[in-house]
Amino acid sequence: MVRVSLRVNDEVRSVDLDTRTTLLDALREHLQLTGSKKGCDHGQCGACTVMVEGQRIYSCLTLAVMHEGNTVTTIEGLGRPGNLHPMQAAFVKHDGYQCGYCTPGQICASVAALDEIKAGVPSHVTADLMATPQVTADELRERMSGNICRCGAYSNIVDAIIEVARSPA
Amino acid sequence: MKFDTPATNNPIDQLKVVGQPLDRVEGPLKTTGQAPYAYEWQDVPGRMAYGYILGATIAKGRIAAIDTAAARRAPGVLAVVTHENAGPLGRGQFYVQRFLAAPEVDHYHQPIALIVAETFEGARDAAGLVRARYVEGRGAFDLAAQRDTAPVAQRAPFGGPPETAVGDFEGAFAAAPVTLDETYTTPDQAHAMMEPHATIAAWEGDRLTCRTSIQQMNWGLRDLSLALGIPKDRIRLISPYIGGGFGGKGTVQSDLVLAALGARAAGRPVKVAMQRPLMFNNTIHRPATIQRIRIGATRDGRITAIGHESWSGNLPGGRTEPTTLSTRFLYAGANRMTRVRLAVLDLAEGNAMRAPGEAPGLMALEIAMDEMAERLGLDPVAFRILNDTQVDPEKPERPFSTRPFVECLRVGAERFGWSRRSPRPGAVRDGAWLVGMGMAGAIRGAPISKAGARARLDARGIVTIETDMTDIGTGSYTIVAQTAAEMMGVPLERVVAKLGDSSFPETPGSGGQQGAPSVTAGVYAACTKLREAVAHRLGFNSADVTFADGEVRSGNRAVPLGQAAGAGDITVEDSMEYGDLSQRFAQQTFGAHFAEVGVDAYTGEVRVRRMLAVCAAGRILNPKTARSQVIGGMVMGIGAALTEEMTVDKRRGFFVNHDLAGYEVPVHADVPHLDAVFIDEVDPTMSPLKAKGVGELGLTGVAPAIANAIYNAIGVRVRDYPLTLDKYLEHLPALA
Repeated sequence: MVRVSLRVNDEVRSVDLDTRTTLLDALREHLQLTGSKKGCDHGQCGACTVMVEGQRIYSCLTLAVMHEGNTVTTIEGLGRPGNLHPMQAAFVKHDGYQCGYCTPGQICASVAALDEIKAGVPSHVTADLMATPQVTADELRERMSGNICRCGAYSNIVDAIIEVARSPA
Repeated sequence: MKFDTPATNNPIDQLKVVGQPLDRVEGPLKTTGQAPYAYEWQDVPGRMAYGYILGATIAKGRIAAIDTAAARRAPGVLAVVTHENAGPLGRGQFYVQRFLAAPEVDHYHQPIALIVAETFEGARDAAGLVRARYVEGRGAFDLAAQRDTAPVAQRAPFGGPPETAVGDFEGAFAAAPVTLDETYTTPDQAHAMMEPHATIAAWEGDRLTCRTSIQQMNWGLRDLSLALGIPKDRIRLISPYIGGGFGGKGTVQSDLVLAALGARAAGRPVKVAMQRPLMFNNTIHRPATIQRIRIGATRDGRITAIGHESWSGNLPGGRTEPTTLSTRFLYAGANRMTRVRLAVLDLAEGNAMRAPGEAPGLMALEIAMDEMAERLGLDPVAFRILNDTQVDPEKPERPFSTRPFVECLRVGAERFGWSRRSPRPGAVRDGAWLVGMGMAGAIRGAPISKAGARARLDARGIVTIETDMTDIGTGSYTIVAQTAAEMMGVPLERVVAKLGDSSFPETPGSGGQQGAPSVTAGVYAACTKLREAVAHRLGFNSADVTFADGEVRSGNRAVPLGQAAGAGDITVEDSMEYGDLSQRFAQQTFGAHFAEVGVDAYTGEVRVRRMLAVCAAGRILNPKTARSQVIGGMVMGIGAALTEEMTVDKRRGFFVNHDLAGYEVPVHADVPHLDAVFIDEVDPTMSPLKAKGVGELGLTGVAPAIANAIYNAIGVRVRDYPLTLDKYLEHLPALA
């Protein structure tokens, strides 16, 4: 067992953990933040996506002890019912989900993907690596492909993200 | 309440709330991570322990010895459940699989043990210390090898008769001037829902409460009772949020049984989530099929003979994949036959996955129709229109309740720009891409079953509906609330829908696309009773009362709805039952799917460029969530066409690609913008809501539309799904 301190959603949380505990299980089983989902536990589905130090990460593929002192943002840190983050509101408006299980991961990945585009990070489909990447449906489909939605809400998810990207901040 | 004559005008027809494209009522909970799924409940009394499932590593045989001593001694381990201490276990009624190898092993990854420990990490570690010694038996894993020997299936509930015959099929086929006789195959497919099968089980004395993830609470109660040998009234199942199912969570799987056994052994509540790599060989799946289709037609394209034979395999006693279902209803033709054969295979159980029968059946039939149209020199849309039927082809005296199939085809062709399609394959280039268009018809049965609901009105004017219906992403919460809001004349915000609890009134749950029509009819019945009770309480004559704008009105009197409950809540319960309308009318949903693909002329890579679905499913209760059901089906159809296949290791007897890296479902980059529209219709023979389900219709016909588009793009006909490029690469048109 080892004591781990994380700054989760702007709150410092310290917890004694088995060193084999993934960041995902630390959030879900020890901090009761069950918004981050376990779909595969193998980095194949994206349901566990959270942001660590502002970067999206599969929280099932990393151990909690590797993140001592890190800042972690989960779906619970983005917004709450009654005070939704613009991305959460756009997912509701565009019906960018069905069963809801991949949804927190999709939303965290969406927010991070827009930040990556804003920061000029190119993707596999960016035609001109020297130009500033743009928010296009193709860019988003490429950048969001690490998050599976078996209900098949992809078309609506892309509509939701584009609306957020194009609305005045 | 009984529904035995077609519906006339009723309060639903106001369409103030029903029929509106409203946001899901549970949306804020799902998008903020606040909706609790099975494994996530925090309010379970007692100290939670963790269960970890260990699967068999042989496909067929028995456990000769299982040594759990080291596992039991491992730190934090509370119990190890195996066949040696589990006690006798029964099977469920719908799935034939056994929940534990005891000690016979029926299929690979059948559970041999559940390890219960203080922590997940401890349970997983201890699972690695269990030593099982097996005696391997000989298993059968190759469907094609049994094509000549598999017997005709026994008749079973669901799926229709294994054999049908009308007229003289053989004679008419032999005499037809234009014929097709081809064989198609579909692979084993996985539901691959995002939330793994998961349960928290807790005993209080001899009473068991399980937070779990299943689609049909009544079947779950029945099957868990049979598995554990305890009465149904000692079990409560709670599934308000379900992370996808597609039929794979129809009823009890091993997570539920093992969690209950583990909790009993440990004397603690136990949570179990089936590990993703176990799901593919442990639980049910859609079984592979071989399908032979024969069509005979006159030279002008009228079908005179249509025959469909099908082979699938299953564990002994298991069901067939009833692929011939849709062929019995979709096209005209005086001489017909279908036959379903069933082989015994020692793979994981084959059972219901979204549109069982129709989805794989149309994958074959609708390629065959495309091939036949080409042989006749007819446009594929025109060929289908020519062979439409407005009566059940097997019983011409029985009409379809509604059948706007031709309208689906025409509207789709118009909207998609079908007239721009080149009838000559391989004729359209766009840079490096060979471009093709394809289409297919869609049909899916429209069942409806008895469903109940409880309705409660309180003094604040809030209407609460309780029913054991589930919402697996289908939008049940929203349409239940919409129905109650319309009936009681209140805005959606004044309705609370509570679902997914076996202590609530019974419904058929989510399955067979009958959930939406069934539960809304049950809510209609309960609200009708509530309206009568409200009128009575207020001293109104219930015959001339209207419910609108949160008020109850009669003559020149109007009082707020909540006032009726001023002296105490009014609670009523009712259900909707059905007469013989489903026998008098053929009740089906219809659609047409259109697809445009690009195939890379050099590499054979396929990209779906555009897709359109036109669907007819009676009244569309919520166009927003119904559209999502359809586009979700289209995505699953892209997977069925292009990537999804559980590959059988025929030597060792298991599905090799048993995780989400190897079993490839579509991702964002595979899916273009999807277009889905509905034909404006109502079906008064269904229920007072005049609605049918739509969730399975959206999948049927998608994969063959894509397969036909690929043929149109490259001129190579592939009859074995999925259409991976190895099946046509060497036959691509020569590069100019």
